[in-house]
Amino acid sequence: MPPRVRTLLMGLAAASLLGLYVWGAAGLPDFGDTVSVYGTKVASVVSAERQTTNMVSAVVFDYRGFDTLGEEMILFISVVAVALLLRDARDETFEVTAEAERAERSPRGSDAVRALGLAVLGVTFLVGLYVVAHGQLTPGGGFQGGAVLGSALIGIYAAGNFATLRMLEPRGWMDAVHAAGAAGLALLGLGGLLAGGAYFQNFLYTGTSGDLISGGTIPIDNVAVGLEVVGAIALLAAEVLHDGVTAAPPPGEDAA
Amino acid sequence: MSMYPYIVAGWMLAVGLVGIARSRNLIHMVVCLSVVQSSTYVLLLAIGFRKHATAPITQGIAPWRRTVDPVVQALTLTDVVVEATVVALMLALAVDAHKRFGTLDPQRLRELRG
Repeated sequence: MPPRVRTLLMGLAAASLLGLYVWGAAGLPDFGDTVSVYGTKVASVVSAERQTTNMVSAVVFDYRGFDTLGEEMILFISVVAVALLLRDARDETFEVTAEAERAERSPRGSDAVRALGLAVLGVTFLVGLYVVAHGQLTPGGGFQGGAVLGSALIGIYAAGNFATLRMLEPRGWMDAVHAAGAAGLALLGLGGLLAGGAYFQNFLYTGTSGDLISGGTIPIDNVAVGLEVVGAIALLAAEVLHDGVTAAPPPGEDAA
Repeated sequence: MSMYPYIVAGWMLAVGLVGIARSRNLIHMVVCLSVVQSSTYVLLLAIGFRKHATAPITQGIAPWRRTVDPVVQALTLTDVVVEATVVALMLALAVDAHKRFGTLDPQRLRELRG
């Protein structure tokens, strides 16, 4: 099909979709006037029942914990799939000569970039830990904090020399952290069954609202998810960087 | 006009779909797909919004303050995570396609399959 016809057909289809959509949206309640039964219910019971001040966390890790397990499995499986897709040709090994070894220790990038990278690395790491730990109190949690922690790992890419960059090669600990996070959430769900309740029932003492340790299983779920996300980002970054950067021979060998 | 945010979501959906159909590069196509997915965040958050309401965080607010719908915000969180994984998977497939066929143009990929 010629591109012009394709565009015309697609434009027509999109325009009629938009028309139908606007017609449908006109029948929705006015913006800001929607009242959801579930939302109102959660808002009214969450402080008393779970002692968390972040309602979204209570929904994600407690009331809807089972759905979150499914979401985490989507994350887990697709990261495994990406690793498999990128991993096919992975047998190259390099002989490390003394000259190459010296080149490995030499800095890459400018001093300014490395200094800033190092500074940002530490702060990002701390913010990531804070966001994971305070998921039950303020906006944040395992998914968001895990993503921040994963960005800290990628900071190594900006700040390090070639030798530190090799830390980001695909390694066992990434798979282990990734799997431990996924397994941790599933096992925490089982805790509810062991306590005589339902799968993903919040079986721990929920503490006092506003304390760092409150919300029962919710902060522990956040830690498990945080681990899984860090492992996932580390794996993805390692696979991509391995293809593009670290698979290249050390810089000393270019002249040979 | 009180349905304006819904229209924004619909517009993002339509524009993203047209972008996917017109795409001549797989990376561009993945970005268009993420625009389509972003329309669902706008729609979900717009549906959960309530006038004069605050964020669904009860830390430091008066108990009588009403909040926006926390359930759709939780759904949006799920949505974001799924989008991130879909984008990662699609980009990996694009890398694979480029390795195998030496092109990222979806039209040429079809020709090469023969």
